[in-house]
Amino acid sequence: MSTALDAPGTAEGERPEPAPRLRSRHLLSVGDLNREEILLILDSAEAMKEVGTRRIKKVPTLRGATVVNLFLEPSTRTRTSFEIAEKRLSADTLNIAGGTSSLLKGETLVDTARTLEAMAPDMVVLRHSASGACHLLAGVCDARVINAGDGMHEHPTQALLDAFTIREHKPRFEGLKVAIVGDLLHSRVLRSNILLLTELGAKVWVCGPRTLMLPGVERFGVRATTSLDDAVADADVVMLLRVQEERMHGHFFPSRREYFTTFGLTAERLRRARPDVIVMHPGPMNRGVEVASDVADGPVSVILEQVANGVAVRMAVLYLLAGFETNEGTA
Amino acid sequence: MTTQAVVLKGGLVVDPAQGINGVADVRIENGRVAAVGAGLPLDGALCVEVPAGFVVCPGFIDMHVHFREPGQEHKETIATGAAAAVAGGFVAAACMPNTDPVNDHVGVTEEIGRRASEAGLARVYPIGAVSVGSQGERMTEIKALREAGCVGISDDGHPVASALLMRRALEYASMFGMPVINHCEEPSLAAGGVVHEGYRATTLGLRGQPGVTESIMVERDVSLSGLTGGPVHVAHMSAGESLRAVRSGKERSIRVTCEVTPHHFILTDEDLQYDTNFKMNPPLRAVADRDAMLEGLADGSIDAIATDHAPHHADEKAVEFDRAPFGIIGLETAVSLSLDRLVHRGVLSTTRLVELYAANPARILGVEGGTLAPGGAADITILAPETEVEVAADRFRSKARNTPFDGWRLRGAVAATIVDGRVVYANDTVPGAAALAWP
Repeated sequence: MSTALDAPGTAEGERPEPAPRLRSRHLLSVGDLNREEILLILDSAEAMKEVGTRRIKKVPTLRGATVVNLFLEPSTRTRTSFEIAEKRLSADTLNIAGGTSSLLKGETLVDTARTLEAMAPDMVVLRHSASGACHLLAGVCDARVINAGDGMHEHPTQALLDAFTIREHKPRFEGLKVAIVGDLLHSRVLRSNILLLTELGAKVWVCGPRTLMLPGVERFGVRATTSLDDAVADADVVMLLRVQEERMHGHFFPSRREYFTTFGLTAERLRRARPDVIVMHPGPMNRGVEVASDVADGPVSVILEQVANGVAVRMAVLYLLAGFETNEGTA
Repeated sequence: MTTQAVVLKGGLVVDPAQGINGVADVRIENGRVAAVGAGLPLDGALCVEVPAGFVVCPGFIDMHVHFREPGQEHKETIATGAAAAVAGGFVAAACMPNTDPVNDHVGVTEEIGRRASEAGLARVYPIGAVSVGSQGERMTEIKALREAGCVGISDDGHPVASALLMRRALEYASMFGMPVINHCEEPSLAAGGVVHEGYRATTLGLRGQPGVTESIMVERDVSLSGLTGGPVHVAHMSAGESLRAVRSGKERSIRVTCEVTPHHFILTDEDLQYDTNFKMNPPLRAVADRDAMLEGLADGSIDAIATDHAPHHADEKAVEFDRAPFGIIGLETAVSLSLDRLVHRGVLSTTRLVELYAANPARILGVEGGTLAPGGAADITILAPETEVEVAADRFRSKARNTPFDGWRLRGAVAATIVDGRVVYANDTVPGAAALAWP
């Protein structure tokens, strides 16, 4: 890890080592990262996690950097997680939420981006309901863009924090059976996780009703099944995806009850998994729909660890993506 | 009034309607073709030498464009659309009724006619709406639209969702010899899809709609045409399943015809990114669909190439993919794309190309042209098939720039466009083409 992290002891104005860099200026998709970069982020996140255990949970790594959190779709945990991560890195943060932005007055995303750009932020963290919105923003912005979830496309930092959490419990990714269960079709978390976990060598299974299966799934390098039992059998990790209430009108499945009896994860069904299985959920979860409460709250659940790790992983991403000499110009 | 007679000398004349494919002269008098043949005497006419290798064809007709006037003049006007048409080698274009207001009334039709006359470039054939406001409910006054100049009816942009309305429209329009042109799409199955359903849509997180969304409607329309005997024309066909339905209809002698756009026989969903200049409806389909379109063009089961020229303002396209309007422009790229991808790659012959761009559109719409037969209007497209061009959107005559082909290098150019014996366009980037611009 760079000395930047030991910075509470660093003298004011001392120039730390150059930060390691990611090849891409932005984090728009997990596809922007190769295996080494993914591991670099996970390793960096470990050091960042340590910062969160200190009495003073703050390092000067991004001091002087301005980060805009542009959340144009409702979000609690991701927005909070990014904001805490930024504050722990001493960045100046600015939050713009959908309800308060000019987009409500008919301004386009491109104009919003240009307006922000005129104030020279270093990074923009964007959450948006439309797939590709981050690409659009990156095309018109000098600032580095971090995708905090765009439509049904991707949610790269969620996949990174999931991988980080898995790594805390499993010795290696190679050969790990990860079953991802739920509303596959609409899930950006799934798309990022497939890219990331297959890149790291895990065997990914996806499971959900035929109506919510991914078109073209055969080209993703994953196993697809509609049998929850087959998906869970000998799984090391079971990751549940949120059933999105708003999709119910699209004739995807008849009722929450029937969904739960077919795809809901219960302690009983989880018995087919490996004894050391962990259960994950990106949240917010629907108890009694995709997961039974005794599983969600039980000893195999790492759902709250995911939330905690989210801060460390986002700190790592912000730090690595910033890629600039910290404290530059303060000497 | 008579004008100076002209003899276009020595071009390769391709006119499938007359079975001509060889070096010949074309004599133009008073805006009409007076004679076609080898070694025509000048007989007082001005001699215009056609450069070697240039191809003289009956004027190309684009049977599917959107000229946006009245109501959306910031995207295109009839004047700029007509200028784009002639620059793309088209002597005529049939404009779809989804203007604002919709062309569902003779007042709108007449206004389109007036604007086209003022522009004085390409012929503009209005297509009237099937239903009032294209709302899919009440039939328009089809006879009145016909008398005002409409050559077909369509609710393009929207499918005719009601099978009963489609049946009645086919029956009723057939009394006036007009085809019903349908934008074939089953609305509930489309389910808000903005791209073709498949791997690319999934990786991009964009809502997909399968080819069956289209073909299920094509099958319905073929059945209804069979029932009523009214001619139906499938607009901008994109799916292999649709082609199968059209072939099956033709085998049963049902009066079904279809068109395909250059983008659907060149691009596929594999080309998709978040560039909204790749967003159109129907969407770019799978490789197998694209290949089916090429096969249908070659074997004659596809009748026409049309552009579905759909201009949008740059601001309207510079938004999130989901929010961007559907459609791309095509008038100024279609012919070069077709020469490059169809003729030079050996998919089809120049003769077949002329059928697709001239003879068949004229026949389907029941309009003049499509041939250089003596007595007809001297509407002529001259091609320079060997000239290389680079697509430069910033030089388009169209107001719009929304093309996915900007910067493409293509072999084959439009050299000149002649309407009523008048050179309305000569391509100054094609060596030798300037000589075709007689006064």
